[in-house]
Amino acid sequence: MKRRMTIPTRWFPVPAILLAAILLPAQAQAHLNPTGLGPVYDGVGHFLLTPEDFIPVLALALLAGQRGAAYGRRALFVLPVAWLLGGIAGLTGTMAGSTALACTSFLLLGGLLAADVKVSLRVLTGLAALVGLSHGYLNGAALGPPEYAALVLPGLAGAVFVLVAIAAASVVRLRQQWARIAVRVVGSWIVASGLLFLGWAARGG
Amino acid sequence: MRFSSAPIYGRCALLSLVLLFHAQVAHAHVQAGEAVGLLSGLKHPVSGLDHVIAMIAVGLWGAQLGVPAIWVLPVAFPMVMALGGMLALLGVPLPGIEAGIAASAIVLGAAVMMELRPPLAVAAVVVGFFAIFHGYAHGSELHGGESALLYSIGFVIATGCLHGVGITIGTVHRWHWGQRALRVAGAAITVAGVFFMWTVLA
Repeated sequence: MKRRMTIPTRWFPVPAILLAAILLPAQAQAHLNPTGLGPVYDGVGHFLLTPEDFIPVLALALLAGQRGAAYGRRALFVLPVAWLLGGIAGLTGTMAGSTALACTSFLLLGGLLAADVKVSLRVLTGLAALVGLSHGYLNGAALGPPEYAALVLPGLAGAVFVLVAIAAASVVRLRQQWARIAVRVVGSWIVASGLLFLGWAARGG
Repeated sequence: MRFSSAPIYGRCALLSLVLLFHAQVAHAHVQAGEAVGLLSGLKHPVSGLDHVIAMIAVGLWGAQLGVPAIWVLPVAFPMVMALGGMLALLGVPLPGIEAGIAASAIVLGAAVMMELRPPLAVAAVVVGFFAIFHGYAHGSELHGGESALLYSIGFVIATGCLHGVGITIGTVHRWHWGQRALRVAGAAITVAGVFFMWTVLA
């Protein structure tokens, strides 16, 4: 004879709880910023995964590398320091104009790179300071409490330093004509991306 | 105390558990026609054969013309194309987009087929003129998305890589048989362009 399965009365709320769990999902935290490796690596990760910051630094580093080792060394130290100072200033500021800044950086730096403009060392220093201060300021404004930001900002500046070192040094040692042209092609891609981004921004996303 | 009329609760619990653990993959930001990021941008220029053959033709022509056209044309094309995309995003009307794209394949293919050697400025203007149609088509086919910048970067990189494919193929131009092969490729691109034009006008 088949025996019927019985369930204790104390289990009766279980289906209701499970159904409630299905029907009441929590907010999906799909884009967590922290890397889980601490605030320094959060800064490194943020920089590497944010094209609005990464691409202008790459463009400036390539531009400095195009002009020579002295330019590369200047960008290598001015840009991270300016980024750090801008970040500190931004801690008490508000975040605004990030899209306009990204578009401007893309068009200006990409254009200079694509056209292989012979900028002077003074102009390059000014550009590095400007890019570092403005982008760093927005980074600082987006950060949370100061004790957290105090460790994120060095991570950001460190990542900037490493990228400039690698990118500028890679271009300085280029001798083949086609390789130097490839660097200019990258500049044209940066300008093109900036133009499209400008179109998106003007349309409202 | 035990109830014998409880199987319905057991089934409910089992069903709920199955539902709870059988979670579907969350396609949170993937919808057709939306700019969703780098991969979407990379995919878009290679998703239409009319775009692909025109981009490759630019590379082939640049390789035939040699320095400095070999790099001037691929540098000019993405920037003017992006300008076309921007016009579309801003809603500026531009008639005859598809016909313009088909015409680009016909003209650029013919240039490769006949190995035309106009002055550099003329070649750049021809390539730039057609780039506007390609950019406009890409821009007008898209809606707002999560990361317009990543999409734009992917879109431009894919276009540049197609030019790179054309230039790489075009390196066979140094050999006599390669020159003939390139002219045949140009003829094939022209024929394909005529087909696309026919589909547009039909």
